[in-house]
Amino acid sequence: MLFGRRSLLERAGGSGQPGVPGGLPPNAVCRPNPSAPDRLSQSLEAVSLECVRGDRRLFSDVGFALEPGELLHVTGRNGSGKTTLLRMVCGLVRPQTGMVCWGGKPVSTLGDEFFRQLTFVGHLNAIKDELTGRENLMVEAALRGNPVSESQAASALSRMGLKGHDRLPAKVLSQGQRRRTALARLLLADTPLWVLDEPFVALDVHAVETLQHAIAEHVAADGMVVLTTHQEVPIKAGRKRTLHMGGSGTGVAA
Amino acid sequence: MFAVTGMVRRDVILAMRRRADVLTTLFFFVIVAALFPLGIGPEMATLRIMGPGVLWVAALLASMLSLGRMFAADYADGTLEQMLVLPQPLSLLVLGKVVAHWLGSGLPLVLLSPVLGLQYGLAPDVLKVLVISLLLGTPVLSLIGAIGAALTLGLRGGGVLVALLVLPLYVPVLIFGAGAVEAHSSGLGGEGHLSLLGAFLLMALALSPWAAATALRISLD
Repeated sequence: MLFGRRSLLERAGGSGQPGVPGGLPPNAVCRPNPSAPDRLSQSLEAVSLECVRGDRRLFSDVGFALEPGELLHVTGRNGSGKTTLLRMVCGLVRPQTGMVCWGGKPVSTLGDEFFRQLTFVGHLNAIKDELTGRENLMVEAALRGNPVSESQAASALSRMGLKGHDRLPAKVLSQGQRRRTALARLLLADTPLWVLDEPFVALDVHAVETLQHAIAEHVAADGMVVLTTHQEVPIKAGRKRTLHMGGSGTGVAA
Repeated sequence: MFAVTGMVRRDVILAMRRRADVLTTLFFFVIVAALFPLGIGPEMATLRIMGPGVLWVAALLASMLSLGRMFAADYADGTLEQMLVLPQPLSLLVLGKVVAHWLGSGLPLVLLSPVLGLQYGLAPDVLKVLVISLLLGTPVLSLIGAIGAALTLGLRGGGVLVALLVLPLYVPVLIFGAGAVEAHSSGLGGEGHLSLLGAFLLMALALSPWAAATALRISLD
């Protein structure tokens, strides 16, 4: 498998410069998009990302560009590195080569300026069992630097279908209800970029619909979404891109 | 600044709702400190000499006992990951967590120490120095411990590893903490030792949140 990926890398690099394993390809720079100069501060670009875990190359030469009003659906089978790619986009994992850029600048140099633009819902729900749904949302928003009132938190939770459950400690909630609580932070966030790792897991049909609606609304309002899911995401507004990880055509956004 | 205060508030609320954790640390301290007089015997002179050292070692072990919890729960439920993508300096968030850890594990020990000191027949003025030394020293223990806890996050057998990493670094704090009390009771005056403890505290305050934040980023990579 390792060798298969390697040959893919060489082929991918063959069109322009030969791939340089272990070093940044000479053409790997983030460039401002000339077609949308006024939105320069809001574009996400990943250039020839590579991830090596131990002696295994998880993926290499993955790249994509995302403009406001676009959704990127990362697909691929289990273990193909979708979660790692998303964590890389968030700056949680450092790529071996390549870089992630926001508005033409590497996110590693932007730091907090990039995090202000980002809402991340990971594989883990990131809610505290001892706190109620409302408290969870309020505590996080306060740490983020834009506190929300209790009624704002309550209305976000009721939009996610948790009306009447928002005063219970999270430990008594079901798996799906915890997921909804975690996702409710999207409704409170005022950030252009959402990065969602399997957001639909454990949700019932109704909640899936609500979330799809929220995602569509966000994209329609010139937001950006990067998500992994094994479900279809029908969005009407904006443009949808797909990035397939692993197998043929490794990491080429279509 | 609200990164620190917000974090302290959050962790104090969590500790209040999970009171067993705080109480375990406290009972550990009380029991260890109470076991020594039982083992050594009732000779007042011996106890008086050993008292400060025993209380300091007990406080140190109790503080270490609670280190594992500093980041582990946040790591397990994903809130630590969220902290890393907050638009706040991670070192300040870590500082908030350390302060909360000290409020839950250090401060109760400081407040309880005069009572336990009575078991060892320590005089009131000696008790005063003991409390001041613990007040300056236990925050250093939490600060140094944070680095160890962050480095061993998610590792198997992390608890023992934290002890091995952190205990050698606790040695200077122990020497000058217990030394302050001893110097005072021998008539030399403990001010020098206490000043050094204060210096340790300032240095740890400046360096350890930053080091622990770096360690967290590595642990979560």
